[in-house]
Order: sequence, then C-alpha cells, then structure tokens
Amino acid sequence: MRDFAYARADTAESAVDTLADPGTSVIAGGTELLNWFRLGIAAADRVVDIGGLDELRGIASDGDDLRIGALATLNEIGEHPLVTQAAGALASACLQAASAQIRNRATIGGNVLQRTRCPYFRAEEPLPWPCHKRDPGSGCTSLAGRHERQAIFGWTQDCVAVQPSDPAVALAMLDAQADVLGPAGSRTIPMREFHLTQREAAEAGQPMRETRLEPGELITGYRLPASTDGQAYVKVRERASYEYAIVSAAAAVRLDRTRAAGATDPRRPRQGRQGAQRQGAPRIAAARVALGSVAQRPWRLTLAEAELPGTPLTREALTPVIERAMADAVPLPQNGFKVLMARNAAVRALLAAGGAR
Amino acid sequence: MTLDFTRRVEVTLRLNGRDLTTVVSARTTLLDWLREDIGLTGAKKGCNEGACGTCTVLVDGHRMNGCLTLVVQCEGRSVTTVEGLAGADGVLHPVQQAFAEFDAFQCGYCTPGQLLSAVACIAEGHAADDASVREWMSGNICRCSAYPQITAAVLAAAREEPGR
Repeated sequence: MRDFAYARADTAESAVDTLADPGTSVIAGGTELLNWFRLGIAAADRVVDIGGLDELRGIASDGDDLRIGALATLNEIGEHPLVTQAAGALASACLQAASAQIRNRATIGGNVLQRTRCPYFRAEEPLPWPCHKRDPGSGCTSLAGRHERQAIFGWTQDCVAVQPSDPAVALAMLDAQADVLGPAGSRTIPMREFHLTQREAAEAGQPMRETRLEPGELITGYRLPASTDGQAYVKVRERASYEYAIVSAAAAVRLDRTRAAGATDPRRPRQGRQGAQRQGAPRIAAARVALGSVAQRPWRLTLAEAELPGTPLTREALTPVIERAMADAVPLPQNGFKVLMARNAAVRALLAAGGAR
Repeated sequence: MTLDFTRRVEVTLRLNGRDLTTVVSARTTLLDWLREDIGLTGAKKGCNEGACGTCTVLVDGHRMNGCLTLVVQCEGRSVTTVEGLAGADGVLHPVQQAFAEFDAFQCGYCTPGQLLSAVACIAEGHAADDASVREWMSGNICRCSAYPQITAAVLAAAREEPGR
C-alpha cells in the first residue's frame, strides 16, 4: 500500500486546515481510502484521521430535523430508533449496504464519496486499458466493452459509470442537507444536488468532477427534515445480501386518508364485490421517489412526483406514471433491461412505502 | 494548532487481553500487523480489499475487516482475534465448539473470520433465526459452501448463549 504520513485531527477545523495541501486525504472508516491507495486511485502523501472527533459523531433530533453526524457508521444509522422512525428508507439503505463488518467501519460521511464500482476503473495501476477517471481524456473502455451495469441517464462518451451508494439514494429522496466545513467556513449542500452526472460536470466545464463538494471541504453531518411518510428502499441485486445494486429505488409516500380510489365519488354507480374491493385502493396524497445505480447521481423522478398525488396505490396505476417519468432514459446497448428493472423497483418502493403488499 | 504528520506512529492497544505498545508505519493494516509483526496468523488474508471477510476480527467487540483497518486507528482499543477466543485453560469458546459439532467447515481457511463474525452476530442479537443469520453472516464468504452447517452452528451457539 501507498506510504503516507499520518496525523490525528483534534478538531474538525484542524482537519480542514491540513486539507489546504492538496496532497492530504481524510480518513474516517477507511474502507474506501485504503483500497484507493492499493489500486493507485488516490495519491495522497498525508492522511488526517478524523475518527476521534466526537463533534462529528451522534444521531439526534434537533427541532424538526434529524441530525446525523458524519462519523455515524452505517450499522449505527440502520439500527437507530430515531432513524428507523423518521427516515426508514435511509435505515433500510444503510443495512442493505456492504456487509455487517464493513458497516461497522464505513461512515455516512465517507459513504456518499465512494467512487464507482466500474471494474475498468477499479483495477491496479498501471491500468492496461483507457479509463477517463484514471487518465482524463483517454476514453471509456466500458462503453466499448462490457457495460450492462452502467448508466442509463446522464452518461457521456467519456464515462458511463454509476454512483453505487445506497444511503445517497435515500438521502436525496428525503431532501437531506449535507453540512460541510471548508476553509471559508460552513455551508450546506442539498443531497439531491450533491452528485453530478458526467454530462452535468462536462456542461459546467469540469468534466472530472463527481460532486459539488469543493477541494478542501469536509462533510461534518447531515440534516433530514422530519417526515411521517411511509418509506421504503428496494435494492435489486444478483444475490440476496452483500452485493452492489443493479438498480435500487427509495420512496416516501403519504396517503390521502380522506378518500379511497373512486369509493367516495357519488356519480359512480355501485359495483359488484370485486369492483368495490379494487376501488378501495388508497390514493397517494404526496410521494417522493429516487432511483439508484442508474446514473452518477441519485435520480429523483420529479415528473412522477408531480403526477403521483391522487394516483391510486396500485401497480397498475403507478407503472405508467413511472414510465412517463423515465421516458428520457438513454440505455446503452447492453443495459436496456435496467430501464424496466428500475421502473419496477420504483413501483415496488412506492407500494411498500404506502403500505401495500 | 498545526498537526504533526509522521510516517511512524506509536500505538497502545489491548490484544487478546494483553496491553501492548508498538511503533508501526502509518500504512500498516491491522491484518498485516497481526500476521507479520505479531505472528498471529489466525486472521487470514483472502482478498485484501474487504470482499471476503476472512480477516474479520473484533475491535472493542465490534466485528471489522482487518484489511480495511489501520493499526493507528486502533489506538486505545481492544482487539480480539481467533487466538483469543478459547479460554486460558484451552476450553473452546461455545461458538468454536458449535462449529466443531456441526462440521461447519471443509478447508477451514475462512473459519477464523467466520468464528469472530459469529461471536459478534450473536452478541448483536442477529442470530434469531435462519434468515437473520444468513443476512448478518453474509460478509464471510465460504468457498467450500459450508453455509448450512455454519448457519446451524451459529443458531445452536446462540441458543446456548443468547445476545442482547
């Protein structure tokens, strides 16, 4: 592994001060950084350890917000009663990520900064093939080669990778804010805007950029607005546990308790027993839904969110709404199946969040 | 205050119940240190990237991958390896005894990691039934595929010594 010099930060400010030197990396859990050093993805000569900073720890209610410190581990978040009550999709996403022992080390601050799992990217240096992320401008071997796990939104000819974080999808769906500390002080970044697609980065004139976090900035925690919506996180993968998502979906649903679909419409003639049962499906009052592993960022289905209020909570009613919201998907030659799979995951997440079986 | 960066770092920790102080290169992983410097070869190096779980050890009772943990991150902590599981009198830990009784291995390479992971799984209260054991033990790969026997052994040990 890469050799480096090490220091323990005594405050978050002292850690940020060291980041003024671009050859300095932050370590918290270390589950990503150590592998980056092994593969030659990171090239830092200095590592500052923030793992001992109690100010970055903890999960607590803060007025109407749920506050989660950057050093909270995925297992701590996944099993914390405040999170399971107010942010069930996040708890579920955390517990469906990685393995029990990795979740004891991996922190929520570092998790959203993990890099893509594209195998052409995650190879030991010197890379035997071109990869735009490792050697800017060299091209994308995945686009020319195997790409069934890659993006269906926002990719460019230079890179077709996806962001693999499960928690990031839930944070974006729940309108979480990241608290960030930098040389100029603290600021917040909405998690639904935290990551950038390759196209967004290219259009901003910074094609290598993957997040809105500036160099030298440190995530200190997250704030989530309190929510009583039903929530769910659906992860579709090749084995039942300890595997990255092919696609995933996070959803939050508030039901309209005042009327079931069609049941209170006096103009409708009464129907038979079967028809009445069918019409008894609850209607959605408000819903949020985001897809994971379909782009280099969590993908909020904003068109669907605008259309979902009033929609019955049934597979039949939800499917065309999600389909319309995904009409701008541009699958690659080998990953057209991800469009259908993501649509179905979104429908399943909405049904589960709304309490349907 | 400016932080002082060094390549060699003094670390004090407790290993299998014994306090010790050592000086390591900052980049030394807990796994490499246990195997190369201390001579405890129970924790195995399978993938060295957090994918297989053969290097699982306990840090302050929590299971972690030794290959994804630096020794310098264990300052002041208590590390338990498979060598520290049995009693001083040689009596096997109940989880070790259950693995033997249920034949929960074939080649044995993944077993030290499975044992530590199982001890933590039970202590966490995640060994309630077949499904929870399979989910919460998924971070330990067994290429001989002794999973049914491992699951049975963990459940049997949990019945004997239930977690929280």
